[in-house]
Amino acid sequence: MQYLPNIIFLIVLVLGIGYFTRNIRKIIRNIRLGQKVDASDNKKERWKNVFRIALGQSKMTVRPISGLMHIIVYLGFVIINIEVLEIMIDGLLGTHRIFSFFGVAYDYLIASFEMLAILVLVAVIVFWLRRNVQRLKRFFNPEMKGWPRNDANIILYFEVAIMTLFLTMNAFDLQLQTLGTEHYVSAGLFPVSRYLLPLIDNYSEATLIIIERTAWWMHIIGILIFLNYLYFSKHLHILLAFPNVYYGKLTPNGKFKNLEAVTREVKLMMDPTADPYAAPTEGMETPAKFGASDVMDLTTIQLLNAYTCTECGRCTNECPANQTGKKLSPRKIMMDTRDRLEEVAANIDKNGTFEPDGKQLLDDYITREELWACTTCNACVEACPVSIDPLAIIMEMRQYLVMEQSAAPTELNVTMTNIENNAAPWPFNQMDRANWINE
Amino acid sequence: MSEKIKVPTMAEYLAQGKTPEVLFWVGCAGSFDDRAKKISKAFAKLLNKAGIDFAVLGTEESCTGDPAKRAGNEFLFQMQAMANIQVLDGYAIKKIVTTCPHCFNTFKNEYPELGGNYEVMHHTQFLRALINEGRLKVEGGKYKGKRITFHDPCYLGRANNEYEAPRELLQKLEVELIEMKRSKSRGLCCGAGGAQMFKEPEKGTKEINIERTEEAIETNPEIIATGCPFCNTMMTDGIKAKEKEDSIAVMDITELIANAADL
Repeated sequence: MQYLPNIIFLIVLVLGIGYFTRNIRKIIRNIRLGQKVDASDNKKERWKNVFRIALGQSKMTVRPISGLMHIIVYLGFVIINIEVLEIMIDGLLGTHRIFSFFGVAYDYLIASFEMLAILVLVAVIVFWLRRNVQRLKRFFNPEMKGWPRNDANIILYFEVAIMTLFLTMNAFDLQLQTLGTEHYVSAGLFPVSRYLLPLIDNYSEATLIIIERTAWWMHIIGILIFLNYLYFSKHLHILLAFPNVYYGKLTPNGKFKNLEAVTREVKLMMDPTADPYAAPTEGMETPAKFGASDVMDLTTIQLLNAYTCTECGRCTNECPANQTGKKLSPRKIMMDTRDRLEEVAANIDKNGTFEPDGKQLLDDYITREELWACTTCNACVEACPVSIDPLAIIMEMRQYLVMEQSAAPTELNVTMTNIENNAAPWPFNQMDRANWINE
Repeated sequence: MSEKIKVPTMAEYLAQGKTPEVLFWVGCAGSFDDRAKKISKAFAKLLNKAGIDFAVLGTEESCTGDPAKRAGNEFLFQMQAMANIQVLDGYAIKKIVTTCPHCFNTFKNEYPELGGNYEVMHHTQFLRALINEGRLKVEGGKYKGKRITFHDPCYLGRANNEYEAPRELLQKLEVELIEMKRSKSRGLCCGAGGAQMFKEPEKGTKEINIERTEEAIETNPEIIATGCPFCNTMMTDGIKAKEKEDSIAVMDITELIANAADL
């Protein structure tokens, strides 16, 4: 029975990581439901973006307060996780603080974890206050009702719990070290948790051990639960931000994709030597449809965008349409895309392949009113700290509406007819185009 | 003031067997919109003054297809683009300057893949280059010390990262440039982009151009400067709605420079 804790730890670890892996594979499968895009170009620039925007958080600091708080939580998350490595080894081997042989370096490492832990706690509390007391407007848009709002708070509670357990575990460990209890090697500096010692001064050794062990187990189990919570949460960005930034748009914001299928047709139309009855060349088939009405029509990168979105609302906050009371919210575009993708995925899980369910992204999730309210100003694209492009999805859905359904607003149909007939969006004669010179 | 502007067409140039240094792409607004025509004229005057060898396409010019593309009509956009490329390449045009950021963006970013490769400049970039090369002189004159705020057109700013050219021109005019709360990469759209210019807005609580105009008015300016004919329309409408047309003028940077030079 001596190895019981080790075996339990192994089982917990395998379950935790196994379930997480299963869900990550599901995400990858779901993303692959989208249209393939070639993003194998410009590797150097893409890596540069990962370092600058994702690792370097360059776009977070556009808003200094939330930016700084976020950097603290992010650094805390990354650095304190070194500790998780030690916890795993200890758990599997039954050792205690196995890295303590690093000596002074270990002392300072633990000290820095503690400092970060307390900073993270402060930042998380500030985040909670901004959401629940200050009630910042961007956290209270219509799309933030129900689960999205609870999700955001649950994440903060998780972080508070994990950090508190970490500090509790350290405080009891330190007290046991001071008492010279067997197994508790004297290692580490505890600049934060040592202030908890007076509170536990008169605890018996047995109580101390029980609480230290409980905190240690709950801490690592908490981390594993949190890891598995990601898949059900907006918090996936802590992993997906990196690939998402890598695959982010490299061209100027103003450059919208040209549809190649259309180019072929237009070239054919304008080529006087083209044979309209010629058999289609191999590999040149017309695509099933122009634009997007459902998630499968979107690209894999756009679907990755949807999973990456952490619903911070910086896009919506900058959107001119949203700020003037229109229904459009770029964040909702991303949330709808993910929700619909999850619905399609559940359908596939149930039926083996996708069985048409009479629903689609257009109309059932994103309304035409939202799509037509966009000014294509790129404010949302510019604002996103992790290079999500809501505008690209809006444009593809407009293309579907116009090219597949001829469902543009009436005035735009008039505009387009004018462009076709008069070479200008207004009903003026092209022959009058130079009149301004002599007026 | 009333001196006639010289705006030759490409066809005239071709007849003489010459090619101009640059094509001035006037754009639909610059050709047909009464307010924007004044911007076209002001720019032509500056080109005349600097002795630039330029031409326009005149009746051969057509919509770049930008509004069609942003509305989702890729077919119409590419038809327009290909037809324009045929005309431009027919005249062997290498360099284009335009007073419209939408035309600018489309030429610069979306035409190359369709076979249209040109050096494209927004008029504020072109004027800055002329000044830096000493081909055009600008003095503060009547705008010296005036409180002016600059509204960034989305398709010049965020779309193409050009925030400085218009501001450098304003500095040359020695104006007191006051930035709005949201400017440069965070500048608020005027509400006209994405083909919104040509349709009624969706239901909301406010018009975008009013929101932006109010922000501009907060800087207490004498002039709202911009570099886009559509922004100009939207801001002018906003100023009228706010009944400020007697105290605040909406002007293109080109017009400011032309006026300062008494053209």
